[in-house]
Amino acid sequence: MAISDVLSHRAFAQAPRRGAATRLLEDERWLAAVLLLPTVILLGLFIAYPFVEGVWLSVTDATVGVPGHFVGLANFTALLHDSIFLVAVRNTFVYTAVATVLKLALGLWLALLLNRHFRGKAFTRAFVLLPFIIPTVLSTFAWKWMFDPTFSVINWTLFQLGIIHGRINWLGDPSLALISVIIVNVWRGVPFYAISLLAGLQTINPELQEAAAIDGARPWQRFWHVTWPLLLPVTMVVVLFSVIQTFADFQLVYVLTGGGPANATQLFATYAYQIGVGTGLLSQGAAVSLAMFPFLLIIVVVQLLYIRRVEVH
Amino acid sequence: MARVILRNLNKFYDDVHAVKSVNLEIRDKEFVVLVGPSGCGKTTTLRMLAGLESISSGQVLIGDTVVNDLAPMDRDIAMVFQNYALYPHMSVYDNMAFGLKMRKVDRNDIRKRVQEAADILGIQDYLARKPRQLSGGQRQRVALGRAIVRHPQVFLFDEPLSNLDAKLRVQMRVELKKLHNRLNTTAVYVTHDQVEAMTLGDRVVVMRGGVVQQVGEPLELYNAPVNRFVAGFIGSPAMNFAPARLRDGAGKLHADASGFGLQLPADIAARLRPYTGREVIVGVRPEDLQVANGSYPPGLCFDAMVEVVERLGAEVLLDLQVGQHTMVASVEPGVAARRGDKLRFALKPERLHFFDASSEAAI
Ligand SMILES: Nc1ncnc2c1ncn2[C@@H]1O[C@H](COP(=O)(O)OP(=O)(O)OP(=O)(O)O)[C@@H](O)[C@H]1O
Ligand SMILES: [Mg+2]
Repeated sequence: MAISDVLSHRAFAQAPRRGAATRLLEDERWLAAVLLLPTVILLGLFIAYPFVEGVWLSVTDATVGVPGHFVGLANFTALLHDSIFLVAVRNTFVYTAVATVLKLALGLWLALLLNRHFRGKAFTRAFVLLPFIIPTVLSTFAWKWMFDPTFSVINWTLFQLGIIHGRINWLGDPSLALISVIIVNVWRGVPFYAISLLAGLQTINPELQEAAAIDGARPWQRFWHVTWPLLLPVTMVVVLFSVIQTFADFQLVYVLTGGGPANATQLFATYAYQIGVGTGLLSQGAAVSLAMFPFLLIIVVVQLLYIRRVEVH
Repeated sequence: MARVILRNLNKFYDDVHAVKSVNLEIRDKEFVVLVGPSGCGKTTTLRMLAGLESISSGQVLIGDTVVNDLAPMDRDIAMVFQNYALYPHMSVYDNMAFGLKMRKVDRNDIRKRVQEAADILGIQDYLARKPRQLSGGQRQRVALGRAIVRHPQVFLFDEPLSNLDAKLRVQMRVELKKLHNRLNTTAVYVTHDQVEAMTLGDRVVVMRGGVVQQVGEPLELYNAPVNRFVAGFIGSPAMNFAPARLRDGAGKLHADASGFGLQLPADIAARLRPYTGREVIVGVRPEDLQVANGSYPPGLCFDAMVEVVERLGAEVLLDLQVGQHTMVASVEPGVAARRGDKLRFALKPERLHFFDASSEAAI
């Protein structure tokens, strides 16, 4: 079989006449170009074009229906004096940092639990993924009801338990709103951490735990000296993905609070949307969302460098 | 230093009865090898001893303490795993030092003990390397080093040499033996390789299907196996077996098998007398089959046809057709046998083994 394949290829290669198309396809440079083309078109159409367009918009004074002229960095300098923008920056950092830490801690804890042997393990693992599978807008609406001052099931429970006496206005109270939004983000993000870290845990040879147990390490020492260092590369990649997503989060906040009350939950993405689409100031909206870029870049570069270091060691 | 006692030890995995009422007394400083075919429960027994596997019933004693409810770290044992189980992110030094650090041994003491172990094992030059930068044999040494720096009461080994190539395995086997002679610590060693068992063990425990078949010194197992399984398992090439019927002929006891018949000397006949008229299994080791030189009594000789000749240098293995059986004979290199030759073989009656046909117990 293999031999006859080789023979027929050779016969084919030595055939005196070949079509022009065949000749082109046999040239690897051409073939590579042809194979890459669909991807290039898709990426260009849906990522590169909007990005370039966004950059262009941010240096003009375009509004809806008005093409706009080049104004240099005026939109960006204006942002520095925009108090709401500064609040959004602060919120985004708090939101990302707190949510990431909580997601990592809870996700890791869950992954460690799921990595044990117990009855119904497969079912539980699938169940844990639910928050991740349900469309964000759908589950966020459910949360909105749970946070509703009048109908809140959370308030009801706390009230019945005698922990609170009045109503908690989860989303309406400016000092609580960001916390509430973070809670939902954590709820939604934990499964991704749990499942990814579980996959990482399963690559660690269980004999290492046994060796460490015999060596005299207590459970938390086994975690700290063996599991954690070996899980670190996976953890770093998971955190990297999650930070990028959380930093640019939109749907969740948009559905829950729309950035309010009084911009208490305003993030980069919601503020950009509010200015660009809500108010119609396209150029300034573009400038807000582009302002995210350097921050994200720094975060990503720092993390990638760290991942490299971890992997080298 | 301590003795180890297994008392009526059982292990159930749901409905799998993996270890069945194992009783064993391992003396202080003794090197005991558990050997048996795959799945016979060696690893499970060892892991119950280590505390890595729960004990379904029975007792494990280390020293004079029942350790059933003690965590592995409190049993004062060290274990060497088949796949080494070295911590991949730690240097060789840290791998060896880990157990001591966990036990809060003084820093200078740790350095001294690691250095000492490294010197014994010849791995001084690799202390800064990571396990993945070592060859299989070097990793094995590190794994040994990690065990010996701890100065435990008992060493446990689970097939530590099975990942090494044949030559290195023989070399490490010798080193393990030397190491034990030097450290004089009680050791329990699991292997499925009977040569390893025979060469390393002060005593050998043969297991099958979760049951201990025989416990004894290597030569005891070789010379006086208690049943057909042990007889076939110990020794390489394996013992030849042939069913034979015992018959009383003119006051002498005869064993008739396909292709050969034996006239048994009086002492053996006395032992086998109750089996007269019944079938037994005759066992003969390849090295006990020798080419007859004429002076042998004819009642202890038989003819066989040579089918395959394997010249190993120090010995020659002949695959023989004897009646309906094939047998293997290990003869001197000087024997000039060729395929198709008909040779006359002689049996030494005192080297024959007889087994009950149904219980397979030695008679
Ligand atoms: N976790 C487990 N669950 C169920 N059965 C098991 C488990 N571990 C081992 N067994 C069974 O117990 C028996 C003994 O296994 P064990 O690992 O002790 O064998 P072994 O003698 O070490 O074999 P090998 O030479 O292949 O390592 C086998 O039949 C095995 O299938
Ligand atoms: Mg095993």
